[in-house]
Amino acid sequence: MSIEEKKNFQIFQDSNKTYYPENEVQVSSIVKELYQKNLSTELIGTGTKSFIGNKIQSASKLSLSKLSGIVEYLPGELYIKIHANTSLEIIERELEKNNQELAFEPIDFGFIETGKSNKGTIAGYISCNFAGSRRFKVGSVRDHILGFRGVNGKGDIIKSGGTVVKNVTGYDLSKLVTGSFGTLVALTEVVLKVLPKKKLSNTITIHTEDKKLVNALFEKISSSSSEISGAVYIPEEPQDESYIFNKEMIFKFNDLNSKGSFLALRIEGDKISIKERINALTDELELNKLKTSMLDVHQSVPFWKKINNLELFAETRNNLLRVVIPPSKGNELMQKLGNKYKYYIDWCGSLYWIEVQSKKSMKIVEIKKLIKEMGGYLTIIKTSPDYDFEETIFTVDDIRLLISEKIKESFDPKRIFNPGKMYRGI
Amino acid sequence: MSELVLPKIDKATIDKKEYIFKNLAKIINPENVLNHEDEIKPYETDALAAYKQTPLVVVMPENTQEVSSILKFCHKENIKVVPRGAGTGLSGGALPLQDAVLLSLGKFNKILEIDFENKCVVTQPGVTNLGLTHAVQHKNFYYAPDPSSQLACSIGGNVAENSGGVHSLKYGTTTNNILGVEMVMMDGTICRIGGKTLDQEGYDLMGLICGSEGLLGVITEVTAKILKKPQVVKAALIGFPTIEEGGNAATEIISNGIVPAGMEIMDKALIEATDNFSNAGYPRDAELLLIVELDGTESEVDGLLKEVSDICKKNNCSSLKLSNNEKERLSFWAGRKAAFPACGAMAPDYYCMDGSIPRGKLAEALLEIKNLSKKYDLPVANCFHAGDGNLHPLIMYDGGDKEQLRKTEEFGSEILKTCVRLGGVITGEHGVGVEKRELMCEMFNDNDIQQQLDIKSSLDEKNLLNPGKVYPILRKCAEEGRVHVHRGEEKFPNLPRF
Repeated sequence: MSIEEKKNFQIFQDSNKTYYPENEVQVSSIVKELYQKNLSTELIGTGTKSFIGNKIQSASKLSLSKLSGIVEYLPGELYIKIHANTSLEIIERELEKNNQELAFEPIDFGFIETGKSNKGTIAGYISCNFAGSRRFKVGSVRDHILGFRGVNGKGDIIKSGGTVVKNVTGYDLSKLVTGSFGTLVALTEVVLKVLPKKKLSNTITIHTEDKKLVNALFEKISSSSSEISGAVYIPEEPQDESYIFNKEMIFKFNDLNSKGSFLALRIEGDKISIKERINALTDELELNKLKTSMLDVHQSVPFWKKINNLELFAETRNNLLRVVIPPSKGNELMQKLGNKYKYYIDWCGSLYWIEVQSKKSMKIVEIKKLIKEMGGYLTIIKTSPDYDFEETIFTVDDIRLLISEKIKESFDPKRIFNPGKMYRGI
Repeated sequence: MSELVLPKIDKATIDKKEYIFKNLAKIINPENVLNHEDEIKPYETDALAAYKQTPLVVVMPENTQEVSSILKFCHKENIKVVPRGAGTGLSGGALPLQDAVLLSLGKFNKILEIDFENKCVVTQPGVTNLGLTHAVQHKNFYYAPDPSSQLACSIGGNVAENSGGVHSLKYGTTTNNILGVEMVMMDGTICRIGGKTLDQEGYDLMGLICGSEGLLGVITEVTAKILKKPQVVKAALIGFPTIEEGGNAATEIISNGIVPAGMEIMDKALIEATDNFSNAGYPRDAELLLIVELDGTESEVDGLLKEVSDICKKNNCSSLKLSNNEKERLSFWAGRKAAFPACGAMAPDYYCMDGSIPRGKLAEALLEIKNLSKKYDLPVANCFHAGDGNLHPLIMYDGGDKEQLRKTEEFGSEILKTCVRLGGVITGEHGVGVEKRELMCEMFNDNDIQQQLDIKSSLDEKNLLNPGKVYPILRKCAEEGRVHVHRGEEKFPNLPRF
């Protein structure tokens, strides 16, 4: 390390043992020093998703919050290059000016923590790989990352990918880094694919308590060529007055009777194509035989925001599970959940958000066993204060764990970054 | 083509060829182990036919357990293995090695399950890309990635190369269209990644395997996502008097918020070549031809076609035709699909390049290629997947003339360097293989390549699976002055040395 680097190394660290590098080279210097000294560190941005994953015991924190700002945005090329810790609000505002968006529909995890919006940085979204309601139609976060720059656990600055959608030059490390919870690379710059925003959005709601019908409708929707871009089911259960009151308050819209259970479908496009799609769906789903209502664009947009803010579970003190299953297992899972849990279903029957009351980790063990048998997986997104960690946060089998250890070793051999965040030993 | 440097031949392996053959014949049905010259000759090359090499022995396992046993044996005995799908790859990724077992997945040719409920097909890797669509089209479903070789290329090969096609902008490439894979690691470990769910938790191993060109594992099963066919598909065929105007129109279409299902560009040389070949009725006076395909609902497609027409008129198009029916739409594509054979008819040989560039740099790239064509005195025709920035210049030459061959390679290499300089990449969909191995240094520095090599050695510590592909071989890279050895420190300790 040069004298200049040593000087910097001192300057960046505050009294809470947190480093604040201002650029990629400084990140690299710090990590090289940590590598030499065998010291682990927790990578942090603005901390909006730090509650997800296992608690980390580390010697220091490495805040990447100063690596912020848009590097290059070319709307005609459908990509935006940004410093990795740019806040999502800044990115969304910039895209909005050109009627573009991040199509994977970022989830606002601020609501479940504090009851209000707190989206955090793009690096956080990439680290978690949790996409919103449009996922089943357009793909996840990992499907929208085109390239990155970052620093590996040895302090080397590395890059992968580029700015073009078609690129098979070398291993696709962008995918690998997405969803790695900061255990492989300290991201410094990312390139994301952006897409035109749809002009309008309408939402059809179907009011039913019949679970078999709900799953049959999900099946028909996913088999339809009408390009539905959102399909959720919000059940009334359990018979908990405060929950029901809360649900009705959240989904209070002029044209929506939020009492009882309902399924909501989003159709996006221009006015004529929305009308055409609704006509086609009316036949395909036999909507005339069902109790339905329609949310216009002024209600449809905020409705889906509330879904993607996880507002039903705002400020929860309970355990919150994110469960993904093959959609064909929907009837079975809904039957098992019965009316014992607060939950709702997204991604046209694939994604379940389930709240499990505190002191019930045994229930989580049971649910996880069931989900694994169904060929799905379960992540404990938020744990209750009294959670005993009897069941692990993530789902992994032995062979995949072994491969993951090898991958970790290749990026971060001394386990400098976020040790234990995902699995023990990683 | 020119002499290719491959990993150092392991003489000990060659010497024990009989022993290897006998043992492999014990592991699997002896009929599926080939070593007679006539039997193994068909495997000596893939679609990059300029490079040929006879493998040590060819094995054709019939199930995952057999693949595992073969790899376990080779791992123990330090024998290299080259996996092979349908052999349609254009970059030499399945080129055999003299001292390696060639593992053909040709017998993995069954579709295992069609699951309409979960919108997926579970298939063995040897089934063709088009075979997947054929299996589900009776219910109006299809598999989205459509590489031009879809009639013959296998789905396992598609995973290895992360194949795309003309619809990649809207529908993505292979990595965006598969849900799970089963693969066997070099030490014989069988691993299942993903399944029938959307996404997987933990490290995205499927994302890593997709496009890894057979270096990290052998794919033995694929779960592919299927989509419902769009309600309406229509296309526009537009001619432009200049490259700039056509290029600008393509960029403006995207900037206006239109995401075409497919958008293709052909230059004047290719318009003429294809029209001569297939009589597609293309506007021969145009300098540039644009095909735009849109899908969705009837009025949505009509509305978008009007917008596309307006943009093209604004950009001074010289001709504009909209497809009135399915027959006409397919006729628009007929010439484009005949691009490669048309070039084949114009010269004894052609060399197809595969770079990607930002859409807005098309005019600049084509101009540069035109200048290079003059410099090397070799004709070139260009087609461009304008939707996703993938450029395919086709250099026409006579392979019998050694000097022309040398010039062709140099020309190709300069084109790819131009792509990188313009902000693009050296391969959009054909893969690096052996063909573009040395050009990796144009895009990546030592640290970038070292990280990739570290991943390779973490999963295949003996470097036995498809060695000599994708990553530059030290000697050549150093010769070209791209690797700088600092005070005797080697930057690529994991690379084979010779």
